[in-house]
Amino acid sequence: MEWGYIAKYTPMYATAALLTLRIAAVGILLSLVVGLFCAVVRHFKIPILNAIAVGYIELSRNTPLLVQLFLLYFGLPKIGIKLSGEACAVIGLTFLGGSYMAEAFRSGLVAVEKIQHESALSLGLTNGQTMRYVLMPQAAALAVPALTANVIFLIKETSVFSAVALADLMYVAKDLIGLHYNTDEALVLLVAFYIIILLPISLLASLLERRMRYAGFGGTA
Amino acid sequence: MRDLAVLLEGRNLARLFEGLWVTLRLSLSSVLLSIVLGIIVGMFMTLKNPVTRAVSRAYLEFVRIMPQLVLLFLAYFGLTRVFGLNLSGETSAVLVFTVWGTAEMGDLVRGAVTSIPRYQYDSAYALGLTKIQAYIFVIIPQTLRRLVPPAINLTTRMIKTTSLVVLIGVVEVLKVGQQIIEANRYNAPGAALWIYIVIFFLYFLICFPISRFGQLLENKWRD
Repeated sequence: MEWGYIAKYTPMYATAALLTLRIAAVGILLSLVVGLFCAVVRHFKIPILNAIAVGYIELSRNTPLLVQLFLLYFGLPKIGIKLSGEACAVIGLTFLGGSYMAEAFRSGLVAVEKIQHESALSLGLTNGQTMRYVLMPQAAALAVPALTANVIFLIKETSVFSAVALADLMYVAKDLIGLHYNTDEALVLLVAFYIIILLPISLLASLLERRMRYAGFGGTA
Repeated sequence: MRDLAVLLEGRNLARLFEGLWVTLRLSLSSVLLSIVLGIIVGMFMTLKNPVTRAVSRAYLEFVRIMPQLVLLFLAYFGLTRVFGLNLSGETSAVLVFTVWGTAEMGDLVRGAVTSIPRYQYDSAYALGLTKIQAYIFVIIPQTLRRLVPPAINLTTRMIKTTSLVVLIGVVEVLKVGQQIIEANRYNAPGAALWIYIVIFFLYFLICFPISRFGQLLENKWRD
């Protein structure tokens, strides 16, 4: 193990890690928006939109992110839609994550007792108000374990971005292995950086999960 | 449309399916190995011994926290260096997916076994069943019901994750697609779009029925 080599290339990995985190953050936020929208659409069974949401969720959950990215990055330019690697990565991650988040929110909504919905309506709240003030706060709290699991899953999925020419951690590692044959150092840095990114998030997730167990209303949680 | 017709020329379509078969072969062998090893590891995880607990916990956490692609790189590039083992892409893939699948399956088995309430064992013994009979007639049937739906879910995850092997040089469905696109870049310049759409739906057509089946069983067996 050459420690000098590790010291020399750590900044390169740090830059790559920041790129990964930036795209993951944008992708996860957009996934939450898409997921929330799909979950609400499916909960109220809004015609047409419900069918679209169901179709989207099944397509997205039953295909690999890598194939989705290839389609976006290499396929779409053939019909004149040219996207940068970063744009493809964000769109791909959102396309994948949206369905996972939708299922997480939906499982939360299903777990909120029906009487909550009925009571809110009988108090004169509209459907929108019921969702916003009564159902969603409880559903989101119930969905926290699934949501945090999805966040970790999506950050791990970002490792395929090198396939659309983004200089992420995998890309740097592969590059260095090819350039200098310092395979051990390149791989140690790769593993170390993924641990630095994912371990705190994973610990935070289990902490949050424990806190959220008290958030349920009455005896439901 | 002429671009889509490329698939019908020569052996292109057949080759694409051969590529798909490589993907499926890798994922199915990994799933089968993971189920067998996962049951053993899962039993191991239910032991109350602090040493086995710490070991299995560390294994599970490490495998879970690392992206599968990183594990593939470790096996494909790292093992060669450290142990002088020169594994082919396919062997590294089966190795990595089995190590990962075993961890996931082991955790499922552990969850299923520990979720069977104590009184199920006690009642079985009270009825005069021997330990082995209690397992065969009472515990294992209930464990299986909780185990099969998530195991099916793991299978579709495995099939989707297997697409990563193209990045360590295995010639599977995506690679064959790329080869067809490259070979026809002059007579069918737009083929990339269609071929990737076809591959996208091939994955969908394989994974969708499997995950549907899993959901069906889960709803049927919900207790």
